[in-house]
Amino acid sequence: MIKMSGIRKAYNTGRIKVEALKGVDLEIGAGEFVSIVGPSGSGKSTLMNIAGCLDVPSDGGYELDGESVEKLNMSQLADIRNKKIGFVFQAFNLLPYATAFENVELPLIFGKVATKKRQDRVVELLGRVGLQDRLGHKPAELSGGEMQRVAIARALANNPKLLLADEPTGNLDSQSGKAIIDLFEELWKSGTTILMITHDFNVAKRTNRVVYLRDGLVVTKAADIAQGIKSWKHDRQFDTA
Amino acid sequence: MLSNARMIIRLFLRELKSQKLRMSLTIIAIIWGTLSITLLLAFGEGLKNQLDINRKGLGDGILIIWGGQTEKPYKGLPRGRQIRFRPDIIDYIREQIPEIEAAGGEFINWGRPISYNGKIVSEKVNGVLPEYEFMRSLYPDSGGRFINKLDLQNKRRVAFIGNELRDDLFGPPDSAGYVDPIGKTILINDIQFTVIGVMQKKLQMGMYSGPDWSTAFIPITTFQTMYTRRYLSNLVIKPRDINQTEYVKDRLYSILSTKYKFDPEDKRALSIWDVVEDAQVMRKVMIGMQVFFGIIGGLTLLVAGVGVANIMYVAVRERTAEIGVKMAMGAKRAHVMTQFMLEAILIAGIGGGTGLFLSFAIAGTLAAIPMESEAMQWLGKPTISIPIAIVTISVLSTIGLAAGYFPARRAASVNPVESLRYE
Ligand SMILES: Nc1ncnc2c1ncn2[C@@H]1O[C@H](COP(=O)(O)OP(=O)(O)O)[C@@H](O)[C@H]1O
Ligand SMILES: [Mg+2]
Repeated sequence: MIKMSGIRKAYNTGRIKVEALKGVDLEIGAGEFVSIVGPSGSGKSTLMNIAGCLDVPSDGGYELDGESVEKLNMSQLADIRNKKIGFVFQAFNLLPYATAFENVELPLIFGKVATKKRQDRVVELLGRVGLQDRLGHKPAELSGGEMQRVAIARALANNPKLLLADEPTGNLDSQSGKAIIDLFEELWKSGTTILMITHDFNVAKRTNRVVYLRDGLVVTKAADIAQGIKSWKHDRQFDTA
Repeated sequence: MLSNARMIIRLFLRELKSQKLRMSLTIIAIIWGTLSITLLLAFGEGLKNQLDINRKGLGDGILIIWGGQTEKPYKGLPRGRQIRFRPDIIDYIREQIPEIEAAGGEFINWGRPISYNGKIVSEKVNGVLPEYEFMRSLYPDSGGRFINKLDLQNKRRVAFIGNELRDDLFGPPDSAGYVDPIGKTILINDIQFTVIGVMQKKLQMGMYSGPDWSTAFIPITTFQTMYTRRYLSNLVIKPRDINQTEYVKDRLYSILSTKYKFDPEDKRALSIWDVVEDAQVMRKVMIGMQVFFGIIGGLTLLVAGVGVANIMYVAVRERTAEIGVKMAMGAKRAHVMTQFMLEAILIAGIGGGTGLFLSFAIAGTLAAIPMESEAMQWLGKPTISIPIAIVTISVLSTIGLAAGYFPARRAASVNPVESLRYE
């Protein structure tokens, strides 16, 4: 599903050049449920943005679902984000003035789905995340867990092959967080490939593979991983300030 | 994107709440701009129409010619000679210049006693030709007629009277004791005349020998039997085609200079009042005024447009996260832009619609005021013509589109990664 080789990403902020990714090689097969862990600033979000075609690498090759995305233009990348990828964010990022229904409808509008079909689909999606009786609610009228479920319904709108989540439980209490991961697990079992950034050991534990990122590189040396996991288990959180 | 209309309106309402002051000032500015552009143009249009009406009161597209005094010696003749026209010159001009639709001349006698049934006034008597009816806009009220060829041939004692002269002698039509003047006998210099028509009320701005509304018009031939006059006081000529006016003027100089033996270059020998040229100059002044008014109104709208753009820039800045999310969901440039464009157009539309509505209301109210007062007769009625509405609406939409376009372009260039960074 994801095939990255030698991915680099540099940010130029004024005179200082920050290299967020320094040559990442990563392959994720279809149907995997992978968590990305690593200290803050290690490049996890950058990697996810590139995986989601929201950003382009400074160097390296990226194949998504068998298609090389390097040469695609803005409009084609937007199509890929719309059709093949679903994003879930830590801060939910729902439109505050729109109802749950309208929020979920949005990617379907961008995808030019016909009105009737679109409306049926929204109802189906919100039902699937257990919010069939919250269609007309605005985000401010929903709990954090409910907002994240709306966001997941929105991410699933166009039936994407790949679900990307950047700390989806970061703003939730442990119970709602667990419910969200339960939902992810369900989606994974029904065939969706999931790539999720997390700090939470209990969350990472439930995925079928953990990728450990440090200083813009995937850590592969067994000793380093062991060391990281040791400190992680101790703190319960991967990196506490 | 139509299904987005609900959201756009909701966004607009949210913007209205969060930027109350800025939003209301901007909408007021657009209303004001629309009002000023529309009303200024409408007043200009009313003034223009009114000037047209007033001008046509004297006669549409005519030349009025007086004989003058020669200033240059010519072929042995001295300077300072008086040039005067005898009545037979009219036929001569008609023969010589076929480009003329009608030619006429008149005798004038001021301050003549005119009476009916013991009521006596002292007014102007004009001896004229039948052509004066259309040349000088002397149209009869219903039931009456103007002087015709038979009146002329038979030197009939018939009179066509101005409407104010009628009021003086017979009373205004709606007053007590009013008698219909048609067929009645009046005395002009103690000679009996039958009234054949009363002039329709008209506005007359230009005049060369007093207003037509208090004149008694009689056949020129009858005039000659009453008063001993050899020379016409002036000629009136109407070219067939307004574009041939200059040519007709040249021809007049050439044939009259030959006939009366003066230097064709001697501009003092004839004086010609070109009503057409006057009207064209006036028209240009009016168009200039309208353009000026339009620019002032347009500038007001432009300032208002900057206000709209400002609101939209603030909105873009406040909604970068939202823009980033939409991009992550697969929104394309057009999707992001339309939202801001539509919102700007909505603001411009609400302000512009209100402004247009108020303009029509004001113009309508003013138009309903009767034109009796002196001021209104000169100012005319503000008229929102179709071109004015088109100008206003296109200026409005251009400004609305521009006010939305530039902020929308900035919105479309938001970097989603930046806007979504969460620390
Ligand atoms: N848009 C950006 N401009 C400049 N520097 C950035 C930008 N995004 C990320 N960075 C830098 O790149 C590094 C990796 O960031 P990020 O991928 O967000 O890390 P993580 O998600 O693992 O915390 C950090 O040093 C961060 O400051
Ligand atoms: Mg991050």
